Amino acid sequence: MHAHSIRQLADLLSHKDISSVELTRLFLKRIEEHTELNSFITVDSEKALAQAENADKLLATGEASVLTGIPIAHKDIFCTKGTLTTCGSRILSNFVSPYNATVVDNLERVGAVMLGKTNMDEFAMGSSNENSYFGTVKNPWSPERVPGGSSGGSAAAVAARLVPAASGTDTGGSIRQPAALCGITGLKPTYGRVSRYGMVAFASSLDQGGPLAQSAEDAALLLAAMASFDPKDSTSAEREVPDYRAGLDTPIRGLRIGVPKAFFGAGLDTKVGAVVEQAISEFEALGASVREVELPASRLAVPCYYVLAPAEASSNLSRFDGVRYGFRASEYTDLIDMYMQTRAQGFGEEVKRRIMIGTYALSAGYYDAYYLKALKLRRLIADDFEQAFEDCDVLMGPTTPTTAFAIGAKAEDPVAMYLNDIYTIPVNLAGLPAMSVPAGFDEHHLPVGLQIIGQYFDEARLLNVAHQYQHATDWHTRIPEGYA
Amino acid sequence: MALDQETVLRIATLARLYIDEAQTQRFVTELSRILELAEQMNEIDTDDVEPMAHPLDQTLRLRPDRVTESDQRESFQQLAPKVEDGLYLVPKVIE
Repeated sequence: MHAHSIRQLADLLSHKDISSVELTRLFLKRIEEHTELNSFITVDSEKALAQAENADKLLATGEASVLTGIPIAHKDIFCTKGTLTTCGSRILSNFVSPYNATVVDNLERVGAVMLGKTNMDEFAMGSSNENSYFGTVKNPWSPERVPGGSSGGSAAAVAARLVPAASGTDTGGSIRQPAALCGITGLKPTYGRVSRYGMVAFASSLDQGGPLAQSAEDAALLLAAMASFDPKDSTSAEREVPDYRAGLDTPIRGLRIGVPKAFFGAGLDTKVGAVVEQAISEFEALGASVREVELPASRLAVPCYYVLAPAEASSNLSRFDGVRYGFRASEYTDLIDMYMQTRAQGFGEEVKRRIMIGTYALSAGYYDAYYLKALKLRRLIADDFEQAFEDCDVLMGPTTPTTAFAIGAKAEDPVAMYLNDIYTIPVNLAGLPAMSVPAGFDEHHLPVGLQIIGQYFDEARLLNVAHQYQHATDWHTRIPEGYA
Repeated sequence: MALDQETVLRIATLARLYIDEAQTQRFVTELSRILELAEQMNEIDTDDVEPMAHPLDQTLRLRPDRVTESDQRESFQQLAPKVEDGLYLVPKVIE
């Protein structure tokens, strides 16, 4: 039962073969039995069971949607009224939000049941989940390895089937990279497609929420509920949410796939490269054509990102001052010292590093050399994509340069850690939608992710392409040993 | 560019982060490495390029100037470390 997709669970619920309360109890029990992964920060059984009871009533009246009664989890970056929202940080370790994020509201409205909040890198800054105040998350495929980050708790929980699906956020790869490392399907929508209201801000021009799920079909069901035009988010896209399920079964014969040469250069693990090439040839067998494309400026996407994201973060995180909410240091001499002690004790090392870099890049005398330079480079990176899409429908390549690495392996070297996101970052800078889908395994039986990048607001096509691949292959159905 | 201790301390003050000596040393090394990474940006000439602050060059939407929020002062203040008579308390600023 726990390995069922949302689609399958929805069928059981609608045929009354199981109730939402029973389903909720089943998954709550699994979460309790698998605390070794450390994938959850908070489990709210009481709220979950209350929501499940309501869902059962809706199911009885026949007014249910496909997500009614389906248990899900939210990354602990989404504000949840009455349930702790920590963002993986000590500074918010006692924060109970007085309101819901729009994504949380949207899923509540269709009757999804929230089991709890998943672990994450502090303020979504990290690629390994080692930066959480609440401890490292373990990869269910290999417990001594990282699950990726920053949505590592969501990815590990879905991979281990502790929950059918979970939300995540992606600023530089934080949905796609952990999805790849945990062998599940993750979708980062177009910037503006999913509301950022109530999603704790990291880098506001890059942050985007999206689903982590077992399959493209489940991701389509979730995105349809998560996405909306939201007047409370000033950069929310004012356009209709299409029916992402409608086009899933369209054959992809004639699909034009662009393969960025730059994504197969030095730094890419040879086995990962081979698995991804095999996946692309699978698409050729389904009738797609493949051409090489150039994304010349993307080779500088990582340096560009590590100026822009910290710059925005240093500004966004200035709100954490120990005055209005969150943690406050217990000893200080005056107001300034209270700020400085609170932030020194409340933030972890990586968050401090990024605040420092961002503050420096925005400070007098350096703004042009770093911040403005990065904004110009960002335009070139986005322009390259636009050109590539002139004769391609989607782009494909690896999601990550390697499979899951050992816990601790890169923790002492921030720059080595940053390079994990070399293939995912360009997409955020441009604001495009992209997915990671399971495409096979390396020699250590660790999952490899295939990245599929689409044009602005072309999520329906991404989901169609991914679904057709999952129709032809079964990588997405593989479950780590001990969790099947 | 390699940072020196003085710059690191100045930045920490601007960022309102207390850092001790050991941490200052660590930041000198780590931040210099990150800036070295950032400087790779200079490999591409961007002289005539228009900066891009937002994907799709979005501009912020305006809304009618109407009251839409209800009063939630009570519930907001419950979150604060220290309040008194509806006011947020901080250490004394003016003697």
